[in-house]
Amino acid sequence: MIPEAFEYFAPSSIQEAISLARRYGGDAKFLSGGHSLLPMMKLRLAAPKYIIDLAGIGELTQISEEGDSLKIGALVTHKAIETSDEIQSRCRLLAEAAFEIGDPQVRSCGTIGGSVAHADPAADYPAALLALDAEVRIEGPSGGRSVRASDFFVDLFTTALQQGELLVAIHVPVLAHNVGTAYKKLRQQASGFALVSAAAVVAKDEGGKCTHIAVGISGVGPKAFRASKVEESLLGKTLTEKNITNASHHVTASVDVQNDIHASAEYRSAMADLFAKNAIWVAANRAE
Amino acid sequence: MAQKYLGQAIKRTEDPKLVSGLGHFVDDIKLPDLHNVCFVRSIHAHARIRGVDTSLAAALPGVVKVFTGEDCRGIGSIPCASSLQGLKVPHHPVLARNKVRYVGEPIVAVVADSLYRARDAAEAVSVDYEPLPAVVDPEQAAAPNSTFVHEEFSDNVAYVWSLVGGDVDQAFKDADRVIKQRMIHQRLVPAAMEPRGVIARFLPGEKELTLWSSTQIPHLMRTQVAIMLGLFENRVRVIAPEVGGGFGSKLNVYGEEALLGFISMQLQKPVKWIETRRENFTATIQGRGQVGDVEIAVKSDGRVLGIRYTVLADLGAYLQLLTPAIPTLTGLMLTGAYRIPNVRMDVTGVFTNKVATDAYRGAGRPEATYIIERAMDLAALEFDLDPVDVRRVNLVSKREFPYATATGLSYDSGNYEAPLKKALKISQYPRWRRHQVKERKKGRYVGVGVSTYVEICALGPSPAMPAGGWESATVRIEPTGKITILTGVSPHGQGQETSFAQIAADMLGVALEDVLVLHGDTGVVQYGIGTFGSRATAVGGTAVYGAIQKILKKGMLLAAHLLGVSRREVQFRDGKFFLKNDPTKSISLQDLALASYTARKLPPDFEPGLAAIYFYEPTNFTFPFGTHVCVVEVARETGTIKILQYVAVDDCGTIVNPLLVEGQIHGGVVQALGQAFMEEAVYDEIGQLITGEFTDYAIPRAGDVPWMQLDRTETPSPVNPLGIKGVGEAGTIGATPALVNAVVDALRPFGVRHVDMPLRPEKIWKLMQKETS
Amino acid sequence: MEITLTINDRTFKADVEPRLLLVHFIRENACLTGTHIGCETTTCGACTILLDGKAVKSCTLLAVQARGKRLTTVEGLMKNGRLHPIQEAFWEEHGLQCGYCTPGMIMAAYHLLQENPNPSDEQIRRGLEGNLCRCTGYQNIVKAIQSAAAKLA
Ligand SMILES: Cc1cc2nc3c(=O)[nH]c(=O)nc-3n(C[C@H](O)[C@H](O)[C@H](O)COP(=O)(O)OP(=O)(O)OC[C@H]3O[C@@H](n4cnc5c(N)ncnc54)[C@H](O)[C@@H]3O)c2cc1C
Ligand code: FES
Ligand code: FES
Repeated sequence: MIPEAFEYFAPSSIQEAISLARRYGGDAKFLSGGHSLLPMMKLRLAAPKYIIDLAGIGELTQISEEGDSLKIGALVTHKAIETSDEIQSRCRLLAEAAFEIGDPQVRSCGTIGGSVAHADPAADYPAALLALDAEVRIEGPSGGRSVRASDFFVDLFTTALQQGELLVAIHVPVLAHNVGTAYKKLRQQASGFALVSAAAVVAKDEGGKCTHIAVGISGVGPKAFRASKVEESLLGKTLTEKNITNASHHVTASVDVQNDIHASAEYRSAMADLFAKNAIWVAANRAE
Repeated sequence: MAQKYLGQAIKRTEDPKLVSGLGHFVDDIKLPDLHNVCFVRSIHAHARIRGVDTSLAAALPGVVKVFTGEDCRGIGSIPCASSLQGLKVPHHPVLARNKVRYVGEPIVAVVADSLYRARDAAEAVSVDYEPLPAVVDPEQAAAPNSTFVHEEFSDNVAYVWSLVGGDVDQAFKDADRVIKQRMIHQRLVPAAMEPRGVIARFLPGEKELTLWSSTQIPHLMRTQVAIMLGLFENRVRVIAPEVGGGFGSKLNVYGEEALLGFISMQLQKPVKWIETRRENFTATIQGRGQVGDVEIAVKSDGRVLGIRYTVLADLGAYLQLLTPAIPTLTGLMLTGAYRIPNVRMDVTGVFTNKVATDAYRGAGRPEATYIIERAMDLAALEFDLDPVDVRRVNLVSKREFPYATATGLSYDSGNYEAPLKKALKISQYPRWRRHQVKERKKGRYVGVGVSTYVEICALGPSPAMPAGGWESATVRIEPTGKITILTGVSPHGQGQETSFAQIAADMLGVALEDVLVLHGDTGVVQYGIGTFGSRATAVGGTAVYGAIQKILKKGMLLAAHLLGVSRREVQFRDGKFFLKNDPTKSISLQDLALASYTARKLPPDFEPGLAAIYFYEPTNFTFPFGTHVCVVEVARETGTIKILQYVAVDDCGTIVNPLLVEGQIHGGVVQALGQAFMEEAVYDEIGQLITGEFTDYAIPRAGDVPWMQLDRTETPSPVNPLGIKGVGEAGTIGATPALVNAVVDALRPFGVRHVDMPLRPEKIWKLMQKETS
Repeated sequence: MEITLTINDRTFKADVEPRLLLVHFIRENACLTGTHIGCETTTCGACTILLDGKAVKSCTLLAVQARGKRLTTVEGLMKNGRLHPIQEAFWEEHGLQCGYCTPGMIMAAYHLLQENPNPSDEQIRRGLEGNLCRCTGYQNIVKAIQSAAAKLA
C-alpha cells in the first residue's frame, strides 16, 4: 500500500525533464498519470529513487493537427482522447480504444504517453497505434527522433525508448473519410485489461475490394503485433464475411501466446482470431 | 400492535451519516499518540523458520518495537469453538514461531509512529526460511504418503464426521437408477469491501483494554481475547464501529485482536492495524472448499429415495472459530426442500497449507443446496423429465409441516409450491422452454435453471450451536419517553437500527424517530451473540419483542396504580395506557415513564424505572425457502454467459422491512453469481495464492449483473412471535444452483451434464467446441 | 515538500513527504475520513474523489500531484446541512448496506451525471466499472442514480 520514499521533481520544460533524467539515470522515473507506475510502487514492485513529474510541462498536454496527422501530446489523458471532437472525427479508432481502457477514474488520470511508454502487453493503445501506423515522437539527451509504432514496441514492457528519453507525442494519421476502423476487446474479468483485443483499419474500392488493411492485436503475446498474415490474405479481396472469416485464422501463428490462469494459449488464440474477424468485419462495414 | 411501521419500506436511519461520509469505521477513529502496526507475513506455504533478523527494522526512525513469536509466547492459542468428537486442534499462535503453514501467516509485528514508517520497517525485516513441501490439494492431503501440515499429528485428517438418517443402503437397492457426480465447491474469498482492522488501547490507570475491531461478534471476541491474554473479561471492552461488510469473514477471532491488545499493554500506547487487501486475500478466512462425491437413488418418475455425499473439506492450516463446523451444516440441509427419507454424509476434514476456511455467506448451506439442486437436474436429465416436474414430485407438501427431515431437523413451516408457482409465472417458464427449442435450431444456446431451495436460518437453539444461539435485548423507556434499545446483534449493513426501531415503535406506539438502537459495544450492551447465520432479526428482533413485552407488563401495573384501577381494567394501545371501559381516562407512555423514574407514586414493591432486559432462546431454527429461475444464453464463439432473466421469489416469513429484504436478496444473488461464474481462490502447486488481488480475483461489477425481478410469498414462522424467518443468506443459497443449472441446461446439446464452478468463459467455450447432438 | 490544495472549499497547507498518497492526505491531514480505502490495486473505487471536477482514485495519486488543485470529497456534497440529491437518492433507494463503498460510488455517480445527465441502465453500469460493492448487488445503486438523475433534471 505504501511506496518507498523518493525525491520528487516537477520540471516545467522538456529540456529540464530530460536533464533531470540524465542526472539520475536508472534511479529515476518519469511520472505521467501514475496509473501504472504508482500501483507498482505501492506494491513495492518498483522503487525509483527519483520521480520526475511531467505534469507541469504544458506543451505535452496538447492535441494539434500537423500536416496530415494529429499530434497528441504525451500527457493527453485517455479521457481527453475518448471525448476529443478532433480525435473522434479524424481518428475514431483511437477514441474507441481509449474508451475501452480501465474505468472512468483511470481514464481521467492515465495518459497516452504513459501507457505507450509502459508497453503493457495487454494495454489497449498499442493495438490501435500499430493498426494506424502511428509514430512515436521522442526527445532525449542527444536530440529528438521519431519511431514507427511497429518498431517501438520491442517486448514485454520494453520499448525503443532509451534510458533518459522522453516520449513527447504520438502522431496518428488523419484518416480519410472512406476508411473504416473498429476496436474490439475481450476483457480479463478481474483487471479489465485485454485478454485479447483487435484494432482494424480498412479501406475498400467501389467494387468492395480491400485496398488497405491493418490489424493490430493486443493481449495475446508479450507485445502487441500486426496480424500481417491476415492482412496479406485480405488485401485485394472482396470483404465478404466469408473471406474475412477465412482470413482470420492463425492470427497468432508466429506469436508466443500467453498462457495464464485467465486464459490458456488455446483460448487466447481462438479469441484473437474471432476478435480480429469481428474488428475487420465492423471496420469493413464502416468503410465507404 | 399497530402496523404503522412493520412491513413498511422504511428508509434506513443508519444512512444519512454513511452517505455523507460521516460514519466511523475502524480506520476512521483517531486517538492521541496512536501508533501503527504492520506485519511481516510468510511468503512460503510451508517452511521452517531458521531465524528472524529484526535489527535493521528496529533501528529505523519512528520504530518503537518489533515483536516476534518469541515475544508473544504468553498469548493463548487463537480459538476454535467447535467441539466435534475426535477433532484435532493444533496450537494456533498469533505470530508463527518455528514454522509457517500458509502464505500470509504473520511472523513479525512492527510498531512505528506512522503507517509509512511501520511499512518501511516491516520491509526491512529478514526471515530465514527453510522451505518444506506444501500440502495444497485436499485429496493429496488425505493421501497416506502426504507431508504433514502439523507434525504432532500422525496424518492430515482433522476429523471424520458422519450423518446418517433412514436406511440409505436400502434406498439405493430400491432405486431404478443411481446417479453419481463429483462436485467441487471452490474456495472463495469473502472480500468485504472494508478489510479487517483493529485498534487497541490499554489504559494503565483504569487497567482497561479497549479494542475497536471490524467484527460481527464483539461479545464473543471480548471473551476470547480476555482468555487469550489472561485478562479479566470485565476489563476488556470491544467496540465494533461501522463495519464495512463481513459475510462471515468477520465472524471470527483472529490473532490480530489479541496481539494488538498485547502490544498496547506492552507499550502503553494505542496501536492500530488495518489490513491491506493483499492480507485480506491471503490471511482472512476463505469460504467453501469442498470436494465431494454425490450419489442419488432415483425412481423413474423422478422420486429421489436417498442421497449420499462423501466429501473432503479443505480446512486449511489451522482451525479458526467455526472451521470444522461448516461442513456439518452442509449435512443438515442435504435433503433440501424434498421428501428424501434416506441420507448419509461422510466428511473428512483435512489440513492443507492454506489459510483456514470458515463461514462465508451461507456457510455450508450453499454447498448443500447446490448439491441437491444439481442432483434434481441430473435426475431430470437421466429420465428426460422437466426439472420442474422432478422437483414437484419430491417437494415436501404444505400439509406436512412441521416436517421432520432425515437429517434430524424439523422444518418449521412452508408452502414450497407457492413460490415455485409464482416464479414460473413471472418468468413465463413454458415460453422460455419453447424459445429454447427454437433457438437451438438456429445454433443459439439458451438454458433455464430452477432452484427450489430451503435454508436454515435464525441460528439457533443453543444446544445446536458452538457458543450459544440465543440473543439479548435491553429496552429502556427513558424519563422523557424516548426509547433506547441495546441489542446483542452486531449489524454491519443489514439495517437493524431501522428494523428494530420499527418493531419497537409499533409495539410501543411511538414515532420511529423516538427509538435509538445501540449495538456493537460491549461496554454499553449486555452480552450478546452477534450477527451471522441470518439470525439478527429473527432471534435478535424477538429479544427486542420480549423485552418490550416485559416493559408493557410492568407499565400496566404502574398505569393501573396511577389511574386508580385494577390491572385487569387497563389496556395499552398506540402509546397510551387507558381504561377499557373509559378510554378517555388514560396515561401516555411518556408520562408513565417519567412517573416511573421520579418514583413518587409507585405501587408497593414496584421497582422504579422502565427498562427490561430479555434473553431470547429460540426453540428451533427457521426455514425460509423460495424459487429462483434463471435464463441464460451462452455464446458458442466465446463461451460468455448472458443472463436473459433472473427471477427470485423468496419466502422469509413475516417481513419487517421489504426494502431491507430486497437488498439482502440482491446482494446474495450477486455473491452467488460471483461463485457460479467468476470467483475462485486459485493456489499453485507450492501453495501461492495466484488470485491474490482484485486484479486477478474477479468479483462481480455492476456490468456483470442482471436486473433481478423479485417477488415473495409470506409464510410466517411459528418459531417466534413475529413470524420472522431471516433472509441474510437466502440469495446466495438459492441462486448458485439456479445459475449453474441454467448454463448446464444450455449446454445440453453438447452432451454436458455437469460443469464445476466457476463457469468461466473458457471452460464453457471448450465444452462447446464439440459437435452438438 | 510544502503543498497547498483546496478540499471542499477549504484550503489546506502542509509539509508532506513526496510519497504521501493523496488519500492519506485527505484522511489524515485533512481529517476527512469519508474517503475510504479498499484495495491497493486501484480497483475498488472506495477512494474516489473529484479532482478539478473529474472523478479520480485518490489512492493512486500523490498528494504532491494535487497541489494547487480543487478537490471535492463526499463530505463536500452536503450544502447547508442538506444532503445532495445523489446522497438522498442512495438513501431513498436503499443504495447502500454497509456503506463502505458508498462515498466512492456517490462520487463516481456525481461525475457520471455531470457528463451524462440522463444515463441509461447500461451507461450507469459502465460508469461504475471502477467501483466495487460487495453488499448491494448494484441494483439499488443503479436505481438511486436513475432517481438522482430525475431529481437533478
Ligand atoms: C485499475 C486500472 C485499470 C487499467 N486498465 C487498463 C486497460 O484496460 N487498458 C489499458 O491499456 N490500460 C489500463 N490501465 C493502465 C492505464 O491506462 C495507465 O494509465 C497507463 O498504462 C499508464 O499511463 P500513465 O500516464 O498513468 O503512466 P505512468 O504510470 O505515469 O507511467 C508508466 C510508465 O511509463 C513511464 N513514462 C510515463 N510517461 C512517460 C513519458 N512521457 N516518456 C517516457 N516514459 C514515460 C513511467 O516512468 C512509467 O515507467 C489500467 C490501470 C489501472 C490502474
Ligand atoms: S482504494 Fe481501491 S481504488 Fe483506491
Ligand atoms: S454497501 Fe457494502 S460494499 Fe457497497
